[in-house]
Amino acid sequence: MISRPTPYKAIVIGGSAGSFPVITKVLSSLKTPYRIPLILCLHRLKHVRSGFVEALSIKSNIKVVEPFDKQTIKPGFAYLAPANYHLSIELGNHFSLSTEEMVSYSRPSIDITFESCGFAYKQKLLGVILSGANKDGAHGIRKVKAYGGTTLVQDPMESKVATMPTAAIESHKPNHIYSSQKIIDFLNLINR
Amino acid sequence: MPEQNQGVWNTQRNRPDIRLGFDELNYIIKIIKEVADFDFSHYAASSFQRRVYRVLEIYPFKSVQELVNRLRTDAQFTAEFIEEVTVNTTELFRDPEFWQEIRDSVLPSLAQHRNIHIWHAGCSTGEEVYSMAITLAEAGLLDRVKITATDINETVIKTAARGHYPERLFKLYDNNYRIFGGKKELSDYYKIENGSIRMNPELLANVKFRHFNLVGGEVFSKFDLVLCRNVMIYFDKVLQDQVSKLFYSSLFKYGFLAVGSKESLIWCSVSHKFKTISNDNKIYQARV
Ligand SMILES: C[S@@+](CC[C@H](N)C(=O)[O-])C[C@H]1O[C@@H](n2cnc3c(N)ncnc32)[C@H](O)[C@@H]1O
Repeated sequence: MISRPTPYKAIVIGGSAGSFPVITKVLSSLKTPYRIPLILCLHRLKHVRSGFVEALSIKSNIKVVEPFDKQTIKPGFAYLAPANYHLSIELGNHFSLSTEEMVSYSRPSIDITFESCGFAYKQKLLGVILSGANKDGAHGIRKVKAYGGTTLVQDPMESKVATMPTAAIESHKPNHIYSSQKIIDFLNLINR
Repeated sequence: MPEQNQGVWNTQRNRPDIRLGFDELNYIIKIIKEVADFDFSHYAASSFQRRVYRVLEIYPFKSVQELVNRLRTDAQFTAEFIEEVTVNTTELFRDPEFWQEIRDSVLPSLAQHRNIHIWHAGCSTGEEVYSMAITLAEAGLLDRVKITATDINETVIKTAARGHYPERLFKLYDNNYRIFGGKKELSDYYKIENGSIRMNPELLANVKFRHFNLVGGEVFSKFDLVLCRNVMIYFDKVLQDQVSKLFYSSLFKYGFLAVGSKESLIWCSVSHKFKTISNDNKIYQARV
């Protein structure tokens, strides 16, 4: 079903409305040890600072954390962009946070995280856009592909809210359009 | 600088014609160092790159070279460029839990001193300073305090000293203050005039604003409490290490240091010289 896997250094996942059940399912279905770090940029309510990591952790097979500024990126972790900060990647394999203006009315912005991951990891990156109610991420995933990365979009037909995956498909030609079950299979397949 | 719509500011997408890789960024950094003696070389590259793109969106430069030529010839523009590249977002009572911790864990200890010295490093437009003044006033300590508030950006310092803010921000600020659990209403500390919120100037009775660059900055006084929140996230680890040393040296015995809620001192060389007062709120106290 899938071509030869490439050695990915990171997987970046973006989503908003309707993505939570998909993310939970992904996190509970990853075969451990999972060797590729996951970077999650999910929209959520401003000023709800805690609770999200806990909610995602309940069924997760890997550890979910909100990274601190300049924290080193390691395999075996899912890093969640903290509320009210943009999350980027610096060369030297660590995160960097910022409180710049919102982008497309969002902070964290999926576009920022994706573009910065694309710039840092080039062809060693897998970018995934899931269900969501706005167009954040459409620009970012296009940049991921332009930098040589692989892109995957949740099938809009299967997405709870199709706006975000549809916009991602309109902005560029993704390598894959998968249902959530196929996304999980793919993530496990590339974990070699 | 021309106004930008807050919500729709984009990253590279509006200037796909200009490449800003490390070579271009380093070139710009070198020129700014030459013409303005300001050193961005230890700023975090990801946000620096985005900020330069932002300037390229506001100004119709056709190339990096055109931008550099302007930097070389127009000191006023260079000053604006530096201000535009640094990030100024702030709030009154940003992270209300932090201010609760200051009120409940730090002020009682500071209250034992006759005079209290506080430094806001990177105060931006002043919201943090007013939050502190209000917290001190409610603890009955405002008249015993001397606050120094510094930033590199002269424009935000002027805004801070004036204390006028757009009315639309106050829903958020009110809400922050409510979560903080202040003794009054936030509106007791300001009045509304011509659609702008004007902070009560008495809150600034013991506040001095001044220009201060943390890059290469040296100890200029000693403090009981230093706040430097959401400033070091724009620095790389090397600069964070230097600046945290400066803070340690600027503290009195058992002085407190507060950083942003997502910042950490653990990889700084002075980290073992601090004891953690609150890990969630990033408040540390100097050991002796
Ligand atoms: C995001 S604001 C933080 C405001 C406030 N402390 C808060 O947390 O709400 C960052 C501020 O740091 C200032 N800054 C950036 N680089 C600086 C430097 N080298 N020296 C002093 N201040 C600097 C910027 O001008 C800006 O006003």
